[in-house]
Amino acid sequence: MSFTARHLLGIEPLRQADITALLDRADHYAEANRRGEAARDVLAGLTQINMFFEASTRTQSSFELAGQRLGADVMNMAMQASSLKKGETLIDTALTLNAMRPDLLVVRHPNSGAVDLLAQKVQCAVLNAGDGRHEHPTQALLDALTIRRAKGRLHRLSIAICGDIAHSRVARSNILLLGKMENRIRLIGPRTLIPSGADRWGVEIFDDMAEGLQGADVVMMLRLQKERMDGGFIPSEREYYHRWGLDAAKLAHAKPDAIVMHPGPMNRGVEIDGTLADDINRSVIQTQVEMGVAVRMAAMDLLAQNLRAERAAQPA
Amino acid sequence: MTRTSLHNLRLIDPEAGTESPGGLLIEDGRIAALLSPGAAPEGSIDCRGACLAPGIVDLGVKVSEPGERHKESFRSAGRAAAAGGVTTIVTRPDTDPAIDTPETLEFVHRRAQADAPVRVLPMAALTKGREGREMTELGLLSDAGAVAFSDCDHVVTDTRVFSRALGYAAAMKALVIGHVQEPGLSRGACATSGPFASLRGLPSVTPMAERMGLDRDIALIEMTGARYHVDQITTDRALPALERAKRNGLDITAGVGIHHLTLNELDVADYRTFFKLKPPLRSEDDRKAVVEALASGLIDILCSMHTPQDEESKRLPFEEAASGAVGLQTLLPAALRLVHAGDLTLPQLFRALSLNPSRRLGLETGRLALGAPADLVLFDPDAPFVLDRWTLLSKSVNTPFDGARMQGRVLGTWVGGSRVHGGEA
Repeated sequence: MSFTARHLLGIEPLRQADITALLDRADHYAEANRRGEAARDVLAGLTQINMFFEASTRTQSSFELAGQRLGADVMNMAMQASSLKKGETLIDTALTLNAMRPDLLVVRHPNSGAVDLLAQKVQCAVLNAGDGRHEHPTQALLDALTIRRAKGRLHRLSIAICGDIAHSRVARSNILLLGKMENRIRLIGPRTLIPSGADRWGVEIFDDMAEGLQGADVVMMLRLQKERMDGGFIPSEREYYHRWGLDAAKLAHAKPDAIVMHPGPMNRGVEIDGTLADDINRSVIQTQVEMGVAVRMAAMDLLAQNLRAERAAQPA
Repeated sequence: MTRTSLHNLRLIDPEAGTESPGGLLIEDGRIAALLSPGAAPEGSIDCRGACLAPGIVDLGVKVSEPGERHKESFRSAGRAAAAGGVTTIVTRPDTDPAIDTPETLEFVHRRAQADAPVRVLPMAALTKGREGREMTELGLLSDAGAVAFSDCDHVVTDTRVFSRALGYAAAMKALVIGHVQEPGLSRGACATSGPFASLRGLPSVTPMAERMGLDRDIALIEMTGARYHVDQITTDRALPALERAKRNGLDITAGVGIHHLTLNELDVADYRTFFKLKPPLRSEDDRKAVVEALASGLIDILCSMHTPQDEESKRLPFEEAASGAVGLQTLLPAALRLVHAGDLTLPQLFRALSLNPSRRLGLETGRLALGAPADLVLFDPDAPFVLDRWTLLSKSVNTPFDGARMQGRVLGTWVGGSRVHGGEA
């Protein structure tokens, strides 16, 4: 048996078997999606609420679509516009929502740990859609699925994660997941964007792209998170692009069949060359978006199964 | 004339550094005699081998009057102190408004006298509004009873303002208490830099920021000759600078809060906001180094850094939650962990809890000596219990020790010879 968790708050608590179970299920949905088959009975009768305290287009629409394809009733709440402006606390918002008896709650919040806090106060299953700089588990799972499908395996690969690691929850979740699956992880970026203590995470750290990309199977670029920076991490975007932006010349240091990934949205000409990003022979960026829907379907499916089992076990 | 006699005691004398069996006689609020073992005068209380030590002088307690009386009042803090064996609380001026005028200080003094069963000595702000721009009326505040001056966790960043305040204070021999942090590095931080904070995605500050703050202040003390106390030293790297400053003869002492001695950064676990402190909890290596420095006497004073916060201000995402923990009632049992772990002896512990803070503030308390005020704590150092935070007497119960197994129970507290906690025997 695997993946019996109540919530999906992060990669940290997952075991290898959980990850494999989620990815296997997601693989099934990826194929079904390609065939154009819907499975509207899976979440039929369940209510999914998407609560985004931070602007998002792709993640929110991906969750929305995933829920709809499985037959859930999906509701979006634009949280910046509503109660937070009126001074309501996160806990109060959680309790209010809980009273509406949702089954699946998808939450994104600008503070690290905020989704954990909220999950303690509600009775439904909570999916973390990104909390501060902490975790973004569905992104790491969709990246893993993309890699597994492209490379035929998810272990003993050399994976380079490049750029703004410090402000990236995507990087943290990916480091945790790829580490658990026994891959070799390298972090490449300016010293100011490598989090302190990362050298004790069981990864290798490089300042130089050419050196760090040597022999890599996967090159994962990160978005430069200008909105999370309070100034002075890099001298300029053009210097950043010159030293750490991915272009064909730098990519030549990786393995000839290395794939290029990016969680989006991209800053073309800052962390990645536009032509390279669009090169269908190297870039799997569009596949990542496609796998995103499948992974979210799988996560909600498995969490809903656990939720139903839990409810069935409770005396009426 | 009131008389109380206690016998069958273990007398903890931090001044002599000894722990010995005996008894003690209190007359008119003072220690009138130390009795030899076996002596049990008529009407004397049999303490059944419990420890008796000078009452704790807790330097840097936040009582939330004026401004936030719902978090803590003089009455609730005073009762918590008595129950915790704290006989003198030295209050912080980081209230709302700050205690920065003789009038506010007078209000605090009056409230404390009326409501608190223990001694309350107020500190006042060093600069107006703790804003770091203009010094307060240090002379008038001293006359009104301020025992020390501090802007608490606000660092006076303008070195010109700070050096003038230190110079002015030096001339009147007033004690200044500083918080050592390099504010540029610590801005916005709520954790200590390292693999744990980075994994949790929390904004963090390098432990080096504490040493930089200390280095700056040491230079200014050397320049001004001020009497200076560091509120909290919590990192290994700051210790050599402190040691050097003491060796060079500067009038400097240092303190540490109980939570930094007994917890480390990993206790934050899944964003537990009751473990959010200022400065943030440190690595285990730092904790050990600071414990050692307290044992050696390099760090002089151990305090609770009692900081009441209500439930609402803690039930927030970690970055947004308020900092601080209550500690008046848990200071002694938590500190006894260090004794049980073999890091400190009981006389060493009470040197840091009672004797040194008394000496630093020029008080008569903190000693088990003939003629000294009978401010005393009677306790069983071994009695085990599991802490339920809702049993604490503070109005706010934000303790990181909720559910923790602890040892050490206060059986009685005397202030000036009057029993303020515990029943007979």
